[in-house]
Amino acid sequence: MSACAQGGGAPVSHAPADKVRVAFTLNGAPVEVLAAATDRLIDVLRGALGLVGTREGCGAGECGSCTVEVDGRAVPSCILPAREAEGRSITTIEGLGGPGGELDRLQRAFVEHGGVQCGFCTPGMVMAARSLLRRNPHPSPAEIRTALAGNLCRCTGYVQIVAAVDAAGHGADDGGAHG
Amino acid sequence: MSLCKFAYHGPETLDEVLALLAEHGPAARVMAGGTDLVVKMSRGQVAPAVVIGLKRVPGLGDLRFDPVHGLELGCMTRVSDVLEHPAVAAHYPALAEAAQATATVQIRNMATIAGNLCNASPCADNAPTLIARGASVELRSPRGSRTLPLAELFRGPGQTVLAPDELLLCITVPPPRAATGFAYLSLSQRSAVDVSAVGVAAGLTLADGRVAEARIVLGAVAPTPFVATAAADALRGQRPADEAFPAAGDAPAEACSPLGDVRASAGYRRKMVAVLVRRALERATARALADGRARTARPAEVTP
Repeated sequence: MSACAQGGGAPVSHAPADKVRVAFTLNGAPVEVLAAATDRLIDVLRGALGLVGTREGCGAGECGSCTVEVDGRAVPSCILPAREAEGRSITTIEGLGGPGGELDRLQRAFVEHGGVQCGFCTPGMVMAARSLLRRNPHPSPAEIRTALAGNLCRCTGYVQIVAAVDAAGHGADDGGAHG
Repeated sequence: MSLCKFAYHGPETLDEVLALLAEHGPAARVMAGGTDLVVKMSRGQVAPAVVIGLKRVPGLGDLRFDPVHGLELGCMTRVSDVLEHPAVAAHYPALAEAAQATATVQIRNMATIAGNLCNASPCADNAPTLIARGASVELRSPRGSRTLPLAELFRGPGQTVLAPDELLLCITVPPPRAATGFAYLSLSQRSAVDVSAVGVAAGLTLADGRVAEARIVLGAVAPTPFVATAAADALRGQRPADEAFPAAGDAPAEACSPLGDVRASAGYRRKMVAVLVRRALERATARALADGRARTARPAEVTP
């Protein structure tokens, strides 16, 4: 049963006539997409824009898997209407790292500390951690846990993830040059 | 998960917002941060024909403070804006505590204080402290403007006195007072993320070591934020060391009307009200004393 039937609203229409042009900055480059009122940011990221690194977990803004940065702040892309991305600067997991696919310092720390298991939550974790480090470059473990409280991981038990962010924030990760 | 069809409007001025409210009234929902509305829409709990997004109206998110007029939060001021603002940290630490208790980093970065109030959830973390602090809200419609004490905004769970064409435009919190402290404490099953099972805001003003005035406001234990007037008034004239002081939460624990639900039983909520009122008063007292000392040590900084 669709939620629309329960709510009494009309069914979702994907007719192009419903869509309007939305322009924003995506990973540093200007983009334009057509978005219906019912499209959320994650819909246009994974759909029209083909960036499937951003994952949808709960669809209700509670699990953090869909976290992206909007104007430098971590937000859940599953509850942000795509039209409200107009004029904003959006960074997704695809916007990190080098042009040749090199991982950035934070991503390397996740790999080196075993902060990745099944990987589903990882892009959201990395984006939330990135947003923390932007505001607080050397967070304490308690601050890391508070900042990541909105990101669920069912594999790692969080210890390795906190260690990874701690390392990225304290220079313990020196780029993997030493192994 | 998908949303039901609706017309989205992104007005760019307050006048346009008010015109849309006048035109669509009951069929429309105003969207501030959207963290509650979009989830309810995706679950089919609400299906507005028209959504009026406020994000493109400049100035609605302003947070202003001055020592004479106090703190003003526009309707688009986000929870994280309150949490990070130095004037809030310096003069309204209990508001920062309530903001910190609200949801997660990601939600705080989108959700607004005004939205938290307008959703009128009995467990809204930001309501008790603002009520205790004497906040008022300005409601604006094409018909004009009215200002009411925040406590009068709430009618019941999910219900406010807002007319279909009214917008909660801003929240005003009176300026800080000397020898006065407030605190907000909440409990939830998990330490973050989930909704508070009990929230307690308490505050007091001390004069000559005795309570001149006190406020106690409870969240999540009644259909609307519960203002424990009698218990707060009974503290007048007491010293923080008096026997009545730590027992101040006993009466409101009896007087409130908590439900038992998935988050906590009614009995547990009552017991925790008593505990949290005591602890919040202790923290508020410490703040009032610290403030009093600071002002005595440097009288030149006393504000009129």
